[in-house]
Amino acid sequence: MMYYSRLKMASVVAVCLLGVVLCLPNALRQPSAALPWRQIHLGLDLRGGSYLLMQVDMPSITSDRLQTLADGTRQALLGAGLGYRNIATDAPAGTVTFTPRDPSETDADLKALRAMPTTVPGEFSVDRRQDGSIAITLSPTAMRERAREAVTQSIEIVRRRIDATGAVDPEITRQGDDRIVVELPGISDPEHVKRLLGTTAKMTFHMVQDNALGTVAGPGVTLLPMLNAPDQKLPILDHVEVDGSDLTNAGAAIDQQTGEWAVNFSFDSVGARAFAATTRANIGHRFAIVLDNKVVQAPVIRGAITGGNGQIVGGFDAQSATDLALLLRAGALPAPLSVIEQRSIGPSLGADSIRAGALSLGAGFVLVIAFMGLFYGRFGWYANVALLANLVLMAALLSLFQATLTLPGMAGMLLTLGMAVDANILINERIREEVGRGRTALAAMQAGFERATSTIVDSNATALLAHVMLFVFGTGPVRGFALTITIGIVTTLFTTLLLSRMLMVRWYARTRPTVLPV
Amino acid sequence: MFERPLLRFVPHGTRINFMRGRFLGLVTSAVLSVASLVLFFHPGLTLGLDFRGGIVVEARTQGPADFAKIRAALATQHVEAAGLQSFGAPDDVLIRMDTPPANAPDREARTQAMVDSVRHAIATLPGAQVLRADAVGASVSAELFRNGMLALGISLLMILGYIWFRFEWEFAVSAVVTLVLDLTKTIGFLVLTHFEFDLVMVAAILTILGYSTNDKVVVYDRVRENLRKYRTMPLAELIDLSINETLSRTLGTSSTVFLAALPLALFGGASLSGFAWVMLFGIVVGTSSSIFIAAPLLLLLGERRLRRDARPAR
Repeated sequence: MMYYSRLKMASVVAVCLLGVVLCLPNALRQPSAALPWRQIHLGLDLRGGSYLLMQVDMPSITSDRLQTLADGTRQALLGAGLGYRNIATDAPAGTVTFTPRDPSETDADLKALRAMPTTVPGEFSVDRRQDGSIAITLSPTAMRERAREAVTQSIEIVRRRIDATGAVDPEITRQGDDRIVVELPGISDPEHVKRLLGTTAKMTFHMVQDNALGTVAGPGVTLLPMLNAPDQKLPILDHVEVDGSDLTNAGAAIDQQTGEWAVNFSFDSVGARAFAATTRANIGHRFAIVLDNKVVQAPVIRGAITGGNGQIVGGFDAQSATDLALLLRAGALPAPLSVIEQRSIGPSLGADSIRAGALSLGAGFVLVIAFMGLFYGRFGWYANVALLANLVLMAALLSLFQATLTLPGMAGMLLTLGMAVDANILINERIREEVGRGRTALAAMQAGFERATSTIVDSNATALLAHVMLFVFGTGPVRGFALTITIGIVTTLFTTLLLSRMLMVRWYARTRPTVLPV
Repeated sequence: MFERPLLRFVPHGTRINFMRGRFLGLVTSAVLSVASLVLFFHPGLTLGLDFRGGIVVEARTQGPADFAKIRAALATQHVEAAGLQSFGAPDDVLIRMDTPPANAPDREARTQAMVDSVRHAIATLPGAQVLRADAVGASVSAELFRNGMLALGISLLMILGYIWFRFEWEFAVSAVVTLVLDLTKTIGFLVLTHFEFDLVMVAAILTILGYSTNDKVVVYDRVRENLRKYRTMPLAELIDLSINETLSRTLGTSSTVFLAALPLALFGGASLSGFAWVMLFGIVVGTSSSIFIAAPLLLLLGERRLRRDARPAR
């Protein structure tokens, strides 16, 4: 207890020096990109910015898949020369059902449907029901897998869209099963980003049903509103002729002839081929460009379009044309995203918070140091040295983890400083007591260290438990607080059990006092 | 000052008979806790944005805030504030709105859209700027509340488990009962002061629980040590001795934590001062409850078991 080997002393000093070195990146500029440069990040509440929590609309993934499955069923049955009645989708159950034209065709139906392509193996099963109808049921595991992929894909697309806006250091992370957190430092008004992320940007090309006299929906036909005139609806065939995901590029430009803003796009080879085939086969008919279930435009096809380029004109202005081009380039979201929580902080408020936090931290530090000096004398000053080392080590660990410093986190640092000296107080009081019992200086110090250690460990362990819980169940800034305190407890154990004790032991070895300054 | 201590909290070797006042302590605590529970049900906690949902926008206007003008600007955007209040400085204003009712269609989307409407309204006021704008949907607020309560509950259970493991069940139970009493008083304090109860407050309460447990563990640790040392001393006397021996430390540590949190309460700014005041309250309650509640409870629970062969306490 009263002996520190050279190696142990050197290690304690080395850890403290390492702490100082690890803190340096926060104060200096990175001299070269090759050097590892880890520093504390300021949280959004300190530097200003926006936090968006977005929910992926999971049910729409199932209903989208059912829609394409129903479409595929029609194609498969028609291709095999089989008939059907009453085709319907049931999203909660995850099924597509229909009744065969003739019960004798049931086996042929089952065979044709089981040969349909799947996106993942075992995605659906085809069964005959008691009432003679046939049900195609999506498997829950396959759907879960699909949902998981959809979130991963959404994150990727969200990132592409945000990168395209030129935001600096955006953080995009998954939360739970179906949520995405977007953090945008420096953007204190997220309205534009919210609009960009709130658009699914699913673009598809369909034929307009033109044998109908009026506007009626029927099997395989849906009435969709026009983008610029929501009251006007067009009957659109559900079958997708060309998918917007086959685009390679899109850009906003002013149309030379009309002077209107338009979005030019080009297809990849698959899209170009499909587009050429569709237009060649349907000259004189109307086709529709559909964006998120709204018809952007529905021109009559005048001739085959083989170049793989197209243009959308839909009453855009500069901003909406640029945004649409950006969205088409970044790709469609697999499911709609909706914001369910947003927090944004202006830069001036963040600066105020930093000032207030730093002032409190400084004042609290001075008060604690003065208290320890006044009440515990020399040993109190050793505790103060340890306290300073504690602050440095906390900053070092936070830098190493590249942790985010939030306003509650600063409060956590302050409280840690207050609690840190507890261990020194325990040791000093214990030594004082042992001296009071008439022990010699050496024995009193020895007993003080020995007895106080288990108390220190016990009392810190319980505090640690509470804050680990807070970290697990907390979100955002509160997690920052919990992390800071947790790190603080670890550094406190080091600085008090090793560093301040070392200072005391060294002092004793140097002076060999008979009376302790307690 | 640099060599010998200049000040001292308590003279060496105090012998204050705390256990004599044990019933007074328990009764006072019970009365305060019951009063706090009454306050909890009526008028109840002021829930913060995290747990209530809705929106809060903090804006700075040019010159002192003119509520009538702000209301008019909001009306042009078809939104009506549930509350307008000045906040900190006279030119700072806090605009609050509740989430649409539970059966409203597009409830979540409308909550989020309200923020943009408020921003547009603020933009029409000359020289005004938005400092902070938060919107929390109803589903998120319900979830945050559940997680906050879960963190509190599990922390209490883990503290119970840890003390049980390290000491005896009498220690663990009296510590956790004391913590629950501390907690109710803190809630009463929150109701009386109208500080908003949100996630940051849950963090403050958990910190208080951690601190308070720490304080109890130090006293218990000494009780355990003395139980081994003085085999025949009656429990009441032994607990008194342990409290007296650790008194100087208890006061020392609570002072340093108090001193550390005090500047935060005074200069921490609107968002942290509430947190810091609750901390300060918790430090006082946690320290006193170690002596006046946790120790008498331990005496009550352990009188038979921890000192079986000794004569009963006075």
